[in-house]
Order: sequence, then structure tokens, then C-alpha cells
Amino acid sequence: MDRIQEKLMILADAAKYDVSCSSSGSKRKNKGGIGDASASGICHTYTEDGRCVSLLKILLTNHCIYDCAFCVSRKSNDVKRAAFTVEEVVEITMNFYRRNYIEGLFLSSGIFKNADFTMERLMRIVKKLRTEERFHGYIHLKTIPGASEELIKEAGLYVDRMSINLELPTEAGLKLVAPEKDHESVRKPLAFVQNHIKELQSESALIKHKPLFVPAGQSTQMVIGATPESDYQIMSVADEFYKNYQLKRVYYSGYIPINSDNVLLPQVGTQPPLIRENRLYQTDWLLRFYDFKLDEILNPQFQNLDMDIDPKLGWALRNPQFFPIDINTADYKQIIRIPGIGRQSAMKIIKARKFGKLREYQLKKIGISYNRAKFFMICADSPFTLGEMSMMNVKQSILQFGNSKYKNTIPENQLSLF
Amino acid sequence: MVYYIYDGSYIGFLTAVFDCFDLKDKAVKVVTKEQYSPSFFDEGFEIISDSVKAKRVLNGLNKKLKKAQVNDFYCVFLSEDLQAVQYTFDLICELFRQGADILENYGDEKVVYFAKTLKSVGREKHRMKAFVRFKKATDGMYFAIIDPDFNVLPLIFRFFKNRYADQRWLIYDVKRNYGLMYTLQQIVEVKLLPLEKQALATTEVIAFDEDEVYYQNLWKQYYQSTNIEARRNMKLHLQYVPKRYWKYLVEK
Repeated sequence: MDRIQEKLMILADAAKYDVSCSSSGSKRKNKGGIGDASASGICHTYTEDGRCVSLLKILLTNHCIYDCAFCVSRKSNDVKRAAFTVEEVVEITMNFYRRNYIEGLFLSSGIFKNADFTMERLMRIVKKLRTEERFHGYIHLKTIPGASEELIKEAGLYVDRMSINLELPTEAGLKLVAPEKDHESVRKPLAFVQNHIKELQSESALIKHKPLFVPAGQSTQMVIGATPESDYQIMSVADEFYKNYQLKRVYYSGYIPINSDNVLLPQVGTQPPLIRENRLYQTDWLLRFYDFKLDEILNPQFQNLDMDIDPKLGWALRNPQFFPIDINTADYKQIIRIPGIGRQSAMKIIKARKFGKLREYQLKKIGISYNRAKFFMICADSPFTLGEMSMMNVKQSILQFGNSKYKNTIPENQLSLF
Repeated sequence: MVYYIYDGSYIGFLTAVFDCFDLKDKAVKVVTKEQYSPSFFDEGFEIISDSVKAKRVLNGLNKKLKKAQVNDFYCVFLSEDLQAVQYTFDLICELFRQGADILENYGDEKVVYFAKTLKSVGREKHRMKAFVRFKKATDGMYFAIIDPDFNVLPLIFRFFKNRYADQRWLIYDVKRNYGLMYTLQQIVEVKLLPLEKQALATTEVIAFDEDEVYYQNLWKQYYQSTNIEARRNMKLHLQYVPKRYWKYLVEK
């Protein structure tokens, strides 16, 4: 095997636990060179795990001075080490991009020597891509915790998105498996970049050609299921980070056991908590796009999400007083709370009902999940019913007649979490 | 029932809309020459494509709708689906008679079918932006073959022109036997002769750059290394990358 190919094998493998793959949200246009990151993101292919491949996601090196138990590149782990040169990363990125394999580069790194040394090397790569190769594709760069503000500020001028991972949802969890790290070193650079974005926005009225600075915003990632946090704890942290740092995304990454030496972590061979991860993403969506408040879905009395049903259905079943909703009169915000009706269908319903009251046969064609929604809504020809249906029965019949992708596959060890 | 027989082009289709109003015909079916079979009971009327008439229909649409909505008709037309093309024709006629908001009537069968087709074409258009794989030829030209479900090449070439502005490229639709080539100055339509097309399928008619196979191998390596075996989910994988697209994907 060619040496570059071997490096790619090692450094792609080490980078793959970072789940962010987004290539959308930037405003960068092609100005006399190659590449354009101004359109919506594109997934160029999907791996056999069903995850999208949008960016060339690699580490500059997997040499690392830290020994975080959950990380595959931890100092004490016996794995092959490698490091790309600046030129090699640029060469591969450009050649992949020109063949339409990727939307751009996702560059991260283990920490070698110190934070600034690492950050400076990452910066040289993105600078070379932008200035020498005139590359206008998407670049997602990891901010190295502890790097100097000058370096972070300069890097921000070349990249589309920056991110730093929280790793574990709580400080206590982090201390268990990565005593050398803390949440403060994540908050500080996130706040720094966010403040700088805001500063530029407020200045923009005065400056004619304002520079692009992290135009696709920031994101973070939490590892789920490595340490015993509840869903409520996890989502509280996410909610706070969305509010305080205006993050574009929080990613939840079900922990894949890769460490058999640490007794605190799930052992190698344990199934990653994929359903739980999915339920957390669904909750995340409800908070960001469906106008739910966190305490409606999770609160100190209800700390963990149902595994057998999605969080919107779960909320509906716990709040029967909200239903049924008349789709011919209710407003948009009420309609999107009906299980089985999404945002697009809700918009269609609002538009279509101007032409006359909607009936069952029309709703079935509009693209809603009628068999689920029917328990929570009424339309023009809904039969008149006396009294309320027991929500217990509703859940039973949805589970019985629905075809959830998780039907019969929810393993015992995922029902009760710890 | 009157059959309007047009040449299959969008200009011809829009001319048919114009003539329909001009001749005050009701109950019109639009068909191409290939789709038309004369019958004893129905009348057939040949539409002569006329870019002035087509332009007038487009101007009319632009007055009533947003630019993107006007483009939606073209997208659905490119689906090459007989039913969808007919509904597009009916909806354009109806909206000239009744007003633009009829397109929001999602309780109507035609509108729903139109919206559904628009979504399918949009999905295929997006897939082609993702799944095109260029191979670099010795002369520096980047070359790709596609075989899309719908005729989406007219919808994607601007995207590639913006993105790959500093490299020459050619994307060839083997199903519809035409391609678009970017020469650094302009986009030109390319048509291979039947013999050339045959050669395309069997042997390499193009000499590839010496680095081409090297980067293909690197890409295959990356594709394998970035996969997480513990999360294997083939059902989802196939949903996103249906098998019919595999033949032109380097990594599959």
C-alpha cells in the first residue's frame, strides 16, 4: 500500500467518530477560482452504516498528548500513528473536489506538542487552500481548545464552520473519563468566535465589503451513553448551548465502545445506543423547528425519553387536553404538534383549506401519516365521537398497526438505561 | 377531445398552451409525435413550435407567479411522465383562467400529482449533483456519464458551471444520448454518434490522466475507512444510494 493511502486509512478511521457532516449554511461563492459553498449542502455518497459522506473528514495527525478514555487516538492506545503534511492534505482535497467526490474538507487533529502548534498547522492548510488554490468549497475546522485567540480569529477568516466538541454532556462525566479536560475550555473559544461574528454583524452597516467570518456558524458534539447522564441532562446542556452560543447544530454521537481497559465505559462489543441517539435528535428538532420548550418534553419528573415511541407522540399522549385539533381551523403552530404531521404537510394543509374544508381522502393524499394523526385531529368528515379515547389505547393501536423501523428490534438493554 | 401533437420540446409544449387559448379548444390532450396514435373519433392537431408564442406564455406566467414557480413547470415537464405533462398543461391553462392560487389547492388531485412529480424531479436533480463522478482525461477534461430517471441535465449544468469554473468538463446522459460540455467560455451540447456511444459502454474511448486511477483508489480507501462497522445499517444505506446509481459511482 502506498504511504499516502495508508495515512488516509489511519487518519480517516480516527476522524470518523466526529459525526458532523453538514456542508450547508455558508454564503461563500466562487470568485474566480474553483468551488462554491453557497448552495445547500450535498451528501455525495453514504457509507454502509447509512451515514452521509459530504466532506473529506480527516485528522491532520492522530498523535495526541492527551489520554481521554473515550477517544480512539488517546495517548495510551496501541494504534498506528500517522501525520499528513500540509501539502498532502491540500493535494487530496483538491483532487477529490475536482472529481466531485466531496463538498470540501473537515479538518481535525490530535494535539501534538501544544494547542497553538497544532492550530497553526491546521491554519496553514486552510490558508493555502483559500489563497493558493483559490478554493471556495466548504471547510469545517475544529477549534483546538487552548489555542490563542489570534490564531482562532485568523482561521475564522478562511473557514465556513468551526466547532469544538463538549465530548461528555456534563463536567462530572468528563472528569470521570478525561480528567485533563473541562467544559470551560470549550465555552471560551465558542464564546470568542460567537462574539466576533456578532461584532462583524453590527459593523456591517458601516463597512461595504465585510469579510466572511465563519459564515456557517459553529457546532458541537456530545458522546451519548459513555457516562450515565439522563436525556434531560443531555438536552438541558444542548438547549443552553443553542441559546448562549447560537450554535447551528448540536450533534449526539452514540458511544461506540473502543476501550477495554476502562471499567467505567461500556465494554467493547456492547451495541451503540442508536435508538436513543435517534430520539435525542428528534427532541432537538422539536426544540428548534416545532416551537416546543424543553420542559414540555423532558423535565425533572420525566427524565428519559420513551424508546418505543417518538418524543412528539410521547408528548401528545401525556397531554390529551390539547387534542383533538381541527385541521380546518387551527393555526400552523397547533397543526405541527399533531403526531404524524410535519412542517411541510402543515403548510400544505393551511394553503389547501382556503379552497374548502378538507376531508379525510384529501388528507391521506397530502402526505401526512394519517394512521397516526387520525387520533389527534378532526377534519370535515370525521365521525362524531362521544367522550375521550384513552391515550393508553391510542398508543397500543399505533404501536400495533404502525410500522416503526424499530418494531421488534428494541433490545432489552436499551429500555432501561442504567 | 383534441390531440395536440408537439415535437417534445418545452418550446413546443408552451406553443401548445398558446394555441389552446388562440383556438379556444377545450378538453385538449398534449402528446408528442411518438406518443400519438391516431384514432377515428379524436381530432389530431399538429403544433408548430414557435418561440415567440412560447415567450408570450412565459411572460404571462411571470406576471402571475414567482420566478421559481414558473421554473417548476419546466422541472415537471422534464419528468417525461405523460400524466404529469398533461396535468402541467391543464394547470397552466386553469391558472390563466382562474388565477395563480389554484396551485396551492392541495386538496386537488392534479395539484397533488404535480407537487409529487416536482419533488421526484427535484430529488433526482439533487442526486445528480451528488453522484456525478468526474474522471480526468489526459487533455485535462473532466468527464462524467449519467443515466438519470428524469431529464435533469438542463437543471444541473449551471450548478457545475459555477462550481467548476476553472476546469473543462463534460457530463453525458447516456439514456437520452446527449451531453453538455463546458469549454471555460461556454456550455455546448454534444451528441455522440451511435458507434461512439457503443464504444463508450464497452471500451475506454478516452485516455485517462496517469493520476486518475490513483485518486480513484484513494477515494475507495477513504470510503472504506470512514465507515463505522458497529453501526452497519444496509437498509438505510440502500435507501440513500439505490443500486441503480452504483454503476457510475467510483466507491461502489
